[in-house]
Amino acid sequence: MKTTVNHRSLGGIMRPYRVANVLRENETTHTLLLNDRLPEAQPGQFVMAWLPEIGEKPFSIHANIPLALTICDVGPVSHAMVNLQARDRVWLRGPLGNGFDLRGSKYLLVGGGYGAAPLSFLAQEALQQGGEVMACLGAKTKADLILVDRLTSLGCYLRVATEDGSEGSQGLVTEVVEETIDAFQPDCLYACGPTGMLLALADLCQRRGLPAQLSFEALMRCGVGLCGSCELPEELCQRLGLPGGWLVCHDGPVAMIG
Amino acid sequence: MEASLAVDLLGIQMKNPLVVASGILGTSASVMQRCAREGAGAVTSKSAGPEPRTGHANPVTLAWNGGVINAIGLTNPGCREEVPLLRETRGRLRALGVPLFASLFAPSVEAFGEVARVIAEAEPDLIEVNISCPNVGSEFGTPFSATAKSAAEVTAAVRKAVKLPISIKLAPNVPEIGRIAQAVVSEGADAITAINTVPAMLIDAYAGKPVLKNATGGLSGAAIKPVALKAVWEIAQMVSVPIIGTGGISCGLDAAEMIMAGATLVGVGSAVALEGPAVFSRIKSELEAFMTQESYPDLASMRGKALPPK
Ligand SMILES: Cc1cc2nc3c(=O)[nH]c(=O)nc-3n(C[C@H](O)[C@H](O)[C@H](O)COP(=O)(O)OP(=O)(O)OC[C@H]3O[C@@H](n4cnc5c(N)ncnc54)[C@H](O)[C@@H]3O)c2cc1C
Ligand SMILES: Cc1cc2nc3c(=O)[nH]c(=O)nc-3n(C[C@H](O)[C@H](O)[C@H](O)COP(=O)(O)O)c2cc1C
Ligand code: FES
Repeated sequence: MKTTVNHRSLGGIMRPYRVANVLRENETTHTLLLNDRLPEAQPGQFVMAWLPEIGEKPFSIHANIPLALTICDVGPVSHAMVNLQARDRVWLRGPLGNGFDLRGSKYLLVGGGYGAAPLSFLAQEALQQGGEVMACLGAKTKADLILVDRLTSLGCYLRVATEDGSEGSQGLVTEVVEETIDAFQPDCLYACGPTGMLLALADLCQRRGLPAQLSFEALMRCGVGLCGSCELPEELCQRLGLPGGWLVCHDGPVAMIG
Repeated sequence: MEASLAVDLLGIQMKNPLVVASGILGTSASVMQRCAREGAGAVTSKSAGPEPRTGHANPVTLAWNGGVINAIGLTNPGCREEVPLLRETRGRLRALGVPLFASLFAPSVEAFGEVARVIAEAEPDLIEVNISCPNVGSEFGTPFSATAKSAAEVTAAVRKAVKLPISIKLAPNVPEIGRIAQAVVSEGADAITAINTVPAMLIDAYAGKPVLKNATGGLSGAAIKPVALKAVWEIAQMVSVPIIGTGGISCGLDAAEMIMAGATLVGVGSAVALEGPAVFSRIKSELEAFMTQESYPDLASMRGKALPPK
């Protein structure tokens, strides 16, 4: 198991950015394009985004040139973030966490809901390095899908599954992934999304002997491995073969499995 | 010959003097076990109080090269919930030969005694009494560490409540920390932990606002090492009980300097941020290498070296 990647940072103090442009992904999800980039950032890393008086929450880095965040409106901070307009300010500390590690040359990317957010950055890097990228996106319904066009235009192969069958195959994305593994023969699977989906993928990959890099979410407070609030429950660590006391902000968010 | 890092604190045997400071990953048995596995000589749990607390809202912590600022706000499950967690942790740490220090806080002198009685049920190796958290001032009033009188009262209450060894954790922002140390030792403190964080804040010029949700917080890490060294150096000249010297320690040389200021153990907190708990094994091997190179056979031969001659 590999947990240390050397581009980890302390995140620093808050840096102010301005929104340059807002892309509407769907009803509840917007991508904010910012006016600057992070000093350095890897796909899979995240930032803590702060709006004064409102709060601070973690968001994956969607792209870094320019810096972009894809935000799904689920509560107070994300709501205020999706309502930002061009020229508005947002403050960030980061990049935080480890990020994905590109291995081999055929990459299978799996996104559930807004979990697809960090995947376009990863796809871009993978394609730039001459890799082949297949992405499987899943959502409850067509309206919840994001990044379908973006990933296609980057040059990824794409498969879609919705639970109600309103787009792509009907069912869970994990079913599509199972078929895709056979057809595409990837070297590694990269996924981001709800914990249930990640666990199902971990089981699937363990069964198939396919290495997986799974990006987890947790309640983040310090974001730098001090407070303990983002620890992955011990049962999950055992199930995934991770050492106990695994911290999503410091050891992750990407867990390297197999 | 290789230097020995072994140390005896009030009869508690430790393989090395490095202690995980309270509030740093002391929230679960699994994460404390990880710190022990990765080289800590002892582990302090997150401070627990009489009732559960969620703590402050984000932003609660920022970390940069110069230091860390935090206003976590004493997030904890309450001392009754804490007991089974500490018991489980103690079992796991014992298997690794690593003692457990249990930290606690309370809003009043009487409550300190009560919380200590509850926490003692878990039979930690030592109880650390946090009378110096700067982040809950608006709720609890002035920290008890502010005057010798209030610090001594808390110590007496905890001393009466429990037989276990107790260490009182002091704040740096007082005119004469040595006098406060004297007062708590005269009321039965077995050890002193110094220092807690230094009251501080960040303001963002573009926002025109404090950055921490709690507005103010506590500074730790590299920025406060000189403050911590002075506090420990003064305390060591006033009392003879062991000192857990804490504040800004991030490498073997820092640890050596803290021991030369008079510390028996060395607390490490903020330095965990960049490297994770692996920082303990690095500091340990750097300290060992320094001692070997400079011909200190053991910690006792180095302890208090920087103190003025008596
Ligand atoms: C490493 C990491 C990367 C992340 N990346 C992104 C990202 O790129 N884009 C993004 O939009 N979010 C991302 N998140 C999640 C985001 O941080 C949370 O959604 C955040 O809590 C939103 O804050 P809030 O104040 O708006 O809502 P909160 O008050 O935190 O949440 C409001 C309510 O919604 C619930 N809730 C939280 N998340 C979800 C969800 N996904 N679906 C349904 N209900 C939810 C909460 O349990 C709560 O009840 C990431 C989280 C982590 C840990
Ligand atoms: C995030 C964080 C949380 C802390 N929580 C506590 C706490 O609950 N109880 C306590 O006594 N000290 C707490 N402290 C203070 C530390 O134990 C330590 O005294 C201080 O940080 C100085 O050491 P350092 O420079 O090595 O971090 C906390 C410090 C930090 C950074
Ligand atoms: S959020 Fe504090 S340890 Fe991860």
